Amino acid sequence: MTYTGKKIISQAYLWFVLALLYAPIIFIGIFSFTEAKSMGNWTGFTTQLYTNLFTGSGRSTSALIQAIQTTLIIALVAAAAATLLGTLAAIGIYNMRGKRKKTIEFMNNIPLVNPDIITGVSLFLLFTLLHFTQGYLSVIIAHITFCTPYVVLNVIPRLTQMNPNIYEAALDLGAKPGLALRKVLLPELYPGMLTGFILAFTMSLDDFAVTFFTRGSVGLETLSTYIYADSRKGGLTPELKPLMTIIFLLILVVLIIVNIRTIKNNKTK
Amino acid sequence: MARPNPDEIIINIEHLSKSFGEKKVLDDINLYIKRGEFITFLGPSGCGKTTMLRMIAGFLEPTEGVITLDGKNMVGVPPYQRPLNTVFQKYALFPHLNVFDNVAFGLKLQKVPKDEIRKRVSKVLKLVSMADYEKRDVSSLSGGQQQRIAIARAIVNRPKVLLLDEPLAALDLKMRKDMQIELKEMHEKLGITFIYVTHDQEAALTLSDTIAVMNEGKIQQIGTPTDIYNEPVNAFVADFIGESNILNGTMIEDRKVKFLGQVFECVDEGFGVNTPVDVVVRPEDIVVKKKLDGAQFTGTIKSCVFKGVHYEMFAMTPDGYEVMLQNYRKFDVGTEVGMTIDPYDIQVMHKDCTENVFKGVMKSSNKVEFIGEVWECEETGFEPGTEVDVHVPFNKVDLEDDEKTTTGAGNVNFLLYKGNHYHLTIITDMGYHVYVDTNDVWDKNDMVGIEILPENMKITKR
Repeated sequence: MTYTGKKIISQAYLWFVLALLYAPIIFIGIFSFTEAKSMGNWTGFTTQLYTNLFTGSGRSTSALIQAIQTTLIIALVAAAAATLLGTLAAIGIYNMRGKRKKTIEFMNNIPLVNPDIITGVSLFLLFTLLHFTQGYLSVIIAHITFCTPYVVLNVIPRLTQMNPNIYEAALDLGAKPGLALRKVLLPELYPGMLTGFILAFTMSLDDFAVTFFTRGSVGLETLSTYIYADSRKGGLTPELKPLMTIIFLLILVVLIIVNIRTIKNNKTK
Repeated sequence: MARPNPDEIIINIEHLSKSFGEKKVLDDINLYIKRGEFITFLGPSGCGKTTMLRMIAGFLEPTEGVITLDGKNMVGVPPYQRPLNTVFQKYALFPHLNVFDNVAFGLKLQKVPKDEIRKRVSKVLKLVSMADYEKRDVSSLSGGQQQRIAIARAIVNRPKVLLLDEPLAALDLKMRKDMQIELKEMHEKLGITFIYVTHDQEAALTLSDTIAVMNEGKIQQIGTPTDIYNEPVNAFVADFIGESNILNGTMIEDRKVKFLGQVFECVDEGFGVNTPVDVVVRPEDIVVKKKLDGAQFTGTIKSCVFKGVHYEMFAMTPDGYEVMLQNYRKFDVGTEVGMTIDPYDIQVMHKDCTENVFKGVMKSSNKVEFIGEVWECEETGFEPGTEVDVHVPFNKVDLEDDEKTTTGAGNVNFLLYKGNHYHLTIITDMGYHVYVDTNDVWDKNDMVGIEILPENMKITKR
């Protein structure tokens, strides 16, 4: 085969894979601009669904907006708490030596590969056993639990790259331990903590299994449980289409910003 | 050395010991440091020098002993309350701050007024020749420049003592030499006490007022660079500082010592009659001539290497001793030369011991336990449980490659070439020392098997 022939085939293959990956999202994006109830019907261009989403009118948009709020609050609180816990844990693990360190690092990795469903069911059993009222708080605690290892995993490499003497240097120059931590250690760990936070935030945002098992029966709905319940009632709320499109675009923007920043950072170094 | 007047002493260390778990890193150190002095802790890696520095800085607490600074006990005082500053091995600059903020870090914590901070920082940056770099990012600086900033960051706080932990180790040779001169000038200008830790004997000799040579957690010798170079107290110091010929000798009587198969005049007295000693002769102190008449001993040049200023040569004597020579003149390989040594250039040292003496216990009449192992020995007739001394000459200890097939095992900790054989110090897994004379070549840190044949042990009741 000629060189150009090969090139065309490899290009075609690449675009085929990309199309397969992105077709569903593009599909939703397009159909978010029509009011048709069932997917695939085009009843003319309109931005009515977007208006509904932001004004809270429409059949069940208020419940949807409530779910979005709950999801965001849970994700923010859980990610913040996980960042704090995970960073402290990473500092602790970094200062350990030998077998102890290996063991703890290994134990940190287990929840990462553990299926969500098992985490969810086991937390459900634990809360029941402890007679812990299940609701907002239990969901947040559950999310902190599975988010923390991601932060640990992102902070440890920052610690290993760091000059081990800089904390001591701060003490030596007159900083008390707390101040040395804040002035010297945190600025060094900050990029790892930020990646950990974003990762924890997204993990919390799209969690279904753990939330489903730990939310109890008080009627708490996050976005994922709401969609699940909604689809079982028959037919998705049409306003979900613009919501999905917006979330996708937001994440796209964040990713692009992060990438540009990394490229810039690499250039200055 | 006479102890100076108490207000001349800034740091006093008494009975300082440090153990990490079972391992004793520092063993009963006693030392005083004079105000304004440049003192160097010199020794191979693992000798305890850095541990000592970290205890003075406050990053480690001693297991036993006292460190006082200006008469005040420092044990238990956290590092941020000690009036001293450290220059770390890999600079440890704060990467997120620029040069100015790095240097100003300590002053800001002390709440020094802003304009005074500005003045002091620019003054100290001028002192380390980095005046134009205030706004630079520290990661954009070269190793030598980062080192200067690290020094500036420490001295801007006007510490009573500046601690330097191998500060030049990461620089290339030329840079290291330049920085040595600058450090020395800085010390003179500032007038504060410098404590310098290094394994680089050349830096130690160049910079220091006082050198403390350390090995295995103990100070081997403390003195001025010339004292340490010219009058090493033991074979370790002689070997560690500079090049030297270290040979077995016998002190025949006062001012007469026999080594290399010859009797030499020397200036040492008080060793007794026919006492085994170690003799040190620096290679530059051996006078070499082509003329054989009038020479104290002769030899054939075996190798000759140009070292820049001088030639370094090895001569083999008729008795089979190898002697290192340094001379401005070149003597070709194969040349027969005559050599003499001035009595003042012969340094005679006491031997730590002349044979291995192990404390042991009889297991049965022909089995004895020492250095943590049970060894076969000749029939002694002693009851089991008898406490004995086991004497083994240095050259009767056999070393094997495979430590699994021998009774004992250990690591080569120190090796010394003695002209015609090697003298090794082996440290066993349980921390016992075994001294071995051998013609085989081993390397430092080699794992070796130790075997001692029954006929080579002399067992006496204790």
